[in-house]
Amino acid sequence: MDWQALSLSLQLAAATALLLLPFAVWLARRLAWSPFRGQGAIEAAILLPLVLPPTVLGYYLLLGFGGASPLAELYHALTGRALVFTFDGLLAASLIFNLPFAVQPMQRAFAAIPREVREAAWVSGLSRWQTFLRVELPLAWPGIAAALALTFAHTLGEFGVVLMVGGSLPGETRTIAIAIYDQAQAFNDSAAAGMSALLLVLSFIAVALVSRLGRSVTGR
Amino acid sequence: MRIERRDFTLDVDLTLPGRGVTVLFGHSGSGKTTCLRAMAGLERAPGGYFAFGTQVWQDEASGRQGHFVAPHRRALGVVFQEASLFAHLSVRRNMQFGEQRAPTSERRFALAEVAALLGITPLLDRSPGQLSGGERQRVTIARAILAAPQILLMDEPLAALDLKRKLEILPYLERLQRELSLPIIYVSHSPDEVARLADHLVLLDQGKAIASGPLREVLSRIDLPAAFADDAGVVIETRLAAQEADDLTRLEFPGGQILVSRRDEPIGTLLRCRIHARDVSLALVPQVHSSILNSVEATVVELASTVTPGHVLVRLDVVGEPLLARITRRSADKLQIRPGLALKAQIKAVALLA
Repeated sequence: MDWQALSLSLQLAAATALLLLPFAVWLARRLAWSPFRGQGAIEAAILLPLVLPPTVLGYYLLLGFGGASPLAELYHALTGRALVFTFDGLLAASLIFNLPFAVQPMQRAFAAIPREVREAAWVSGLSRWQTFLRVELPLAWPGIAAALALTFAHTLGEFGVVLMVGGSLPGETRTIAIAIYDQAQAFNDSAAAGMSALLLVLSFIAVALVSRLGRSVTGR
Repeated sequence: MRIERRDFTLDVDLTLPGRGVTVLFGHSGSGKTTCLRAMAGLERAPGGYFAFGTQVWQDEASGRQGHFVAPHRRALGVVFQEASLFAHLSVRRNMQFGEQRAPTSERRFALAEVAALLGITPLLDRSPGQLSGGERQRVTIARAILAAPQILLMDEPLAALDLKRKLEILPYLERLQRELSLPIIYVSHSPDEVARLADHLVLLDQGKAIASGPLREVLSRIDLPAAFADDAGVVIETRLAAQEADDLTRLEFPGGQILVSRRDEPIGTLLRCRIHARDVSLALVPQVHSSILNSVEATVVELASTVTPGHVLVRLDVVGEPLLARITRRSADKLQIRPGLALKAQIKAVALLA
């Protein structure tokens, strides 16, 4: 069992879900309620990671994150670190390829809140911000929870993009999915089997837990 | 205020009474809902001006980008066509939602009181999903009242309900109006609701207010556009005077009396009656050999042509109470009906509105 890889994967998944949460909520509300010019293109772009081969996505991210790219230079100037073959780069890639998993369920959840309900909250004396916290979030919670679960589980399991952008540096970019691949390549079947089973259980627990959370809120 | 939309312009300049029920009446697309939403601050009419009493809620006249009070800072309650309860909260919590927004000093009604008034006390611990459409709408009204509004805006609150539910809610609305001194602006396209609830009536047509005034004044106008002419008729406030032996009830109003099918309300109850112009016929002498029981003394005020071919609309005065009659032009000519003529108005049908 590669505990270091497991810990790295959990950190990556948690960081991805947490960082994506506010942005995805903002974007999902925007897409659900305030149609804007070019919305179709934005929605398609968000969905791209679902259909694009991870290696293709990884390849473009590698180009975008590469040492000579403006993004990499900016990041280096700000933090002194690189984006390729580092945890930072992995996290940045993870934020991008998880967008559809985070935004889609939330968008559906926000779209299901009738306009009258929000307006009723405003005219009951709630500011937009209070309406968001006390009416929209609780009503959209099942969708938000589902989005977090999907993002978390999907990050644990992502392979192609991670390999392209991060490689397999122990303690830096070797996630558990990569570790499983490495062990299987080395014909180390018992290690691969153990980690696969663990990943299976973890993913199952993540999804089951959050979906139950969502149910308990709506059933109140 | 003036609101321009791609296919529609709302341009109204109204001063409405600060008490009683004002109904904004019009057909769909007339701008009545937009008008109400602008009052609530849910639509922002560029260059609009709107004041409630001494509080100016929007003042952006002559292109000034300035004063606009956000909806949540306006002391109003809104009831939408579709029930807008918060599905994640119980009925009680929904109602408290309105309540806690109002500063304690401004609270006028207790939750239990409002719940009783609207007949939702047994529902307080249910979730909105377990309520019928009519019950949901009553809870929405309760929530709006508990926020201590100074004015209540209602946007076709009954339109999404079937007739049975409508009849179930109307008495509550009438009670509301009687027991809380809260001005209500009520948007409707139903003549029945107008007749039952309105004190003041605004007719909207294609984004313009074409009439505004006390209910009886507006209803008895004979110069209104075709869109409203078919439903021409007046509403008369009567008092239940006596029960007759033959299952009829006698109603009195300053201009006379009207007999209707037996009503079970106690004597003295005020009842509104709606009398359609098409149900009123005119005679120069009392008709003793007629099956029509209800006949009142009337004086002709004016005549106007109407959209119905071959017919005219006659405005009558019945001891200060206006009455409309729609008769054929041929009859009008034959009887030589002209302003000032005293005659008998025979009322063929009366719709009681309670």
